[in-house]
Amino acid sequence: MPAEDPGRRRVVVADDGPVLVEGPVEIDLPDGSSVLADRPVVAVCTCRRSSIYPLCDTSHRGRRRRRKENP
Amino acid sequence: MTTTLPPAAERLDRPRLPAPRGELSAAVCDLLRGGTGSFPEVTPSDPFGHDLQLALALTSELHYRGFEGVDDDLEWAPAVVAARHAMADHYLAALRAELPGGDDLDDVVADLLVEPADGTGISYHLAGEGTAAQFAEYVAHRAHYHRKEADPQSWVVPRLQGAAKAGLVTVQHDEYGAGRAAAMHSTLFADMMTELGLDPTYGAYLDRTSRWVLAEVNLQTLCGLRRSLRGASVGLFALVELTSSPGSARLVRAARRLELGPATERFYAEHVEADAVHEQVLRRDVLRPLLALEPELAAGVVLGLQAGSYVGDRFSEELLAHWAEGRPSLTLDAA
Repeated sequence: MPAEDPGRRRVVVADDGPVLVEGPVEIDLPDGSSVLADRPVVAVCTCRRSSIYPLCDTSHRGRRRRRKENP
Repeated sequence: MTTTLPPAAERLDRPRLPAPRGELSAAVCDLLRGGTGSFPEVTPSDPFGHDLQLALALTSELHYRGFEGVDDDLEWAPAVVAARHAMADHYLAALRAELPGGDDLDDVVADLLVEPADGTGISYHLAGEGTAAQFAEYVAHRAHYHRKEADPQSWVVPRLQGAAKAGLVTVQHDEYGAGRAAAMHSTLFADMMTELGLDPTYGAYLDRTSRWVLAEVNLQTLCGLRRSLRGASVGLFALVELTSSPGSARLVRAARRLELGPATERFYAEHVEADAVHEQVLRRDVLRPLLALEPELAAGVVLGLQAGSYVGDRFSEELLAHWAEGRPSLTLDAA
């Protein structure tokens, strides 16, 4: 995940979910509030369905009938 | 003003040997107490039975914290190694026979990334109608994994190289609190146990833990420690990270509905956020480079994903069956 050049931060645009950013980051929101995320990689929600927006909670996942679940 | 805080006193937390559950676990307890008797034939035993899984867990625990009053040197004593290996092989053979197998990793992963519209597991039950006592039972069972989170996956690190190793350690660093002991997931779990009125002592519920949780951690340990099963080790790790976020979100809802407290909410909320990231890192920075380097490991990774799902589903069925009959799945009183 980290960029090869240590002077740069890598941002990975996933084709099926969040944008991955090297942390720690401060995410400024339109209402003037900020979210501080300290982990080494931060997943920023792009589908806007996340219940912990602006961070990803995997709500972008498709839903269909399936036979099992865990946990 | 400057406040100087004394260093947090940490106490060595080693479990005691639990009471055996049958012939094999009794024989292991005897070995660990210095006995030199012969070990019973393993193959007549139920490979998924409580006796074998507890016996295997006791031999595995020597790789982790050991036991109070048990010689640490027994970890690699030939008699213990032979017993451990025989039980692990019997278990593995039975597990393989239950699984569909194959090596189409993309297909198995894609299936895991779809949320069922009609899910029915433990987290659904607890989010919807479960009781605080059932939540506590679930946590007491899961302690066997979470109080050593993410130690079973650490065994595989030296068995990987390059990009896959770097990706896996990125996730491990987060599991271990990114340098802060108080933020280690195993510590957050202990905080939750205390809040729920459970005993957070390492191994406190080992004698009562579901055989399926013992089976899950036994598999993680043995795959991590066998180079030939390193693909399965990564697969088991990937399963945890791929499926944890939605289940943890349901457990956050359960904790709020039942008003269980901030430490309980925090543990599962942390996993919603962390495992949404870990899923991406596992897929992009672990599985992808691992399979590019060693494509023949695909079947092993699939084995890990399927085996982890299998034992997880049996655990879920066991608890839900108890609760459907109004029976607790374990007693929470002091042993």
